[in-house]
Amino acid sequence: MGDKPASAIKKIEATGLMRKLMGAYFQEIDQAARTGDRKIAWCTSVGPAELLRSFGFLVYFPENHGAVLGSSRLAQELIPAANARGYSPDICSYLTSDVGSYIKQQTPLIQAFGMAGIPKADVLVYNTNQCRDVQDWFAFYQREWNVPLIGIDTQRGLGDITRDHLDGLIAQHKALIPTLEEVSGRTFDLDRLKEVVASSYRCTLLWKKVLHLAAHVPSPITFFDSTIHMGPAVVLRGTPEAEQYYAVLIAELEQRIADGVAAVDGERHRYYWEGMPVWGKLRDHAEMFASEGACVTASTYCNSWIFEPLGCDDPFEGMARSYTELFIVRSEDFKEQYLKTMFKTYGIDGMIYHDAKTCPNNSNCRYGMPQRLNRETGVPYVTINGDLNDLRLYSEEQARTQFEALGEQLREGA
Amino acid sequence: MSAFFCGVDIGASATKVVLVDGDGNALARVVRPSGVDYAATASNCLKLAMQDAGLVDQPAFTVSTGYGRENVDFAGETRTEIHCHGLGCFHLVGRAVTVIDIGGQDNKVIHLGDDGRRLEFKMNRKCAAGTGAFIEEVALRLGLQVGELDALAGAADRTVKLGSFCTVFSKTEILSHLRNGEPVEGIVRGAFESVVERIVEMDPLDGLVAATGGVVAHNPTIVEIIKARIGREVIVPEAPQFTGALGAALTARSLASN
Repeated sequence: MGDKPASAIKKIEATGLMRKLMGAYFQEIDQAARTGDRKIAWCTSVGPAELLRSFGFLVYFPENHGAVLGSSRLAQELIPAANARGYSPDICSYLTSDVGSYIKQQTPLIQAFGMAGIPKADVLVYNTNQCRDVQDWFAFYQREWNVPLIGIDTQRGLGDITRDHLDGLIAQHKALIPTLEEVSGRTFDLDRLKEVVASSYRCTLLWKKVLHLAAHVPSPITFFDSTIHMGPAVVLRGTPEAEQYYAVLIAELEQRIADGVAAVDGERHRYYWEGMPVWGKLRDHAEMFASEGACVTASTYCNSWIFEPLGCDDPFEGMARSYTELFIVRSEDFKEQYLKTMFKTYGIDGMIYHDAKTCPNNSNCRYGMPQRLNRETGVPYVTINGDLNDLRLYSEEQARTQFEALGEQLREGA
Repeated sequence: MSAFFCGVDIGASATKVVLVDGDGNALARVVRPSGVDYAATASNCLKLAMQDAGLVDQPAFTVSTGYGRENVDFAGETRTEIHCHGLGCFHLVGRAVTVIDIGGQDNKVIHLGDDGRRLEFKMNRKCAAGTGAFIEEVALRLGLQVGELDALAGAADRTVKLGSFCTVFSKTEILSHLRNGEPVEGIVRGAFESVVERIVEMDPLDGLVAATGGVVAHNPTIVEIIKARIGREVIVPEAPQFTGALGAALTARSLASN
């Protein structure tokens, strides 16, 4: 069976720039947390970040911190601390990782970016488009810090999105303004909001282009790369730095295409990943698929940070539509059509569903979707049981066997 | 002696080795507990199989499968147990078939087409409910040897139903049944029916159905329960515990000829 082969993962050169940008982002927030020179708003990952930036807030995204805790596998030591405080092992493991991190005062942000710790919020702003857990997550910190908790409640399971839905969401966005004015000490500035939204829109178009480059055969980028490189689209959208970064990344990926360089040498199969990454196994999965000549080219997860309606004239309309036209908020029928389109766009040979125990909203295999899509498209699939952060819920052997068996099946059918 | 080919299936509980000749006929079959040193167990099983078949030279090619497939240092290639159980079963059945494999740690449902090509497969969720491990736990709770269970289940005149998904909760349920004076035979039958329920809920069991794996080999009553549950015949291929190892040996033969 020989020695372990060298890494099959190809490094993206722009990664260095991204780490620099992310470092600067965290250090700026840390500076504000230490000195109080600027106000910090906590925001859910698909929350009204543009509105917050328009008030001059530095915006911190605890879901990003959750992913950091998962990737570093520190989550394993932190989740039990939250469980012991009454936060069930069955609820979002981003939440339990992050709350555990706060309780134990441990975070990789200290070592990686020299931060003092988790930055204290001046205001907590959620959007339940991801799940209800985000509200309860932020409520923990509201109790700890006695700071305002405000947010937007988005309806779920939506088929068509109606004028009534949008008007309700616009009203909810506008209702945030008085609290944000009070906390920031600034008056709402519509022109400034338009500038931020326009920047966020430009970032979205660039991020979309990054992901669409994966439609090229062979793909210049994998899902595993994208989960890392989406960082600026999540935490820096609405800033010039994010736009500048994606211009650099796109240039590198386009050069790969021009030079015939594939993200996975000898790309044989192209997979779609549906659901959350298993953060603590991201590198292992990337290695395993690459060594099999399989490129996970596309995912719902990474495409969920494309907010094209931000391009409309009214920034409130743009935010309301962007943050509720998302896959995660939509009906099964919508999701099915979306996935079928993605199969075609990216030339998908096989589908991987990740049934994440603590993230039902991002586990789209629980209402017969795999069987329906398989019947309609003939694309074979596997479903792995696991979790985004809690590796106690993940079975390495069973997942590996299923991944390998999918590759075997495709080769046998070739 | 002409070339022969080796398949090794290192499962969670048992390691199986099958040797086949150039026509795919089984020359020897050996099974031993997997233990803790998979590499040594695999080597020992190969040695015993070669002794049984009166073979001296080493196999022309070896393929390993099962959880320990990476631990077989004399294997030239590995394949998943999904591939090997499918291939082994199709070799014996020769037509479109739905294979149910009940293993020590996981269950599989594999759908094969007329040409033996895999159409679809499912593995159980990561929980061990409904696998051989569940049956071992039940035996332990009842103070029985695993080998005693089949006769008891077959002799039961009624089923004491176990309602829980979870192996640990089922053991608690068994305690409660024992406290209530329920017969051991009925409890064992209930455990067997629970295994079958976990299989049936994995995937539709359409067309011809074949059952393989160590649990089936040692507990024919489970096959009778599957038949009753789906209302159709269920075939059990020859030496069902060795189906995966046979598939590995046939893969070795195929790879050697390419």
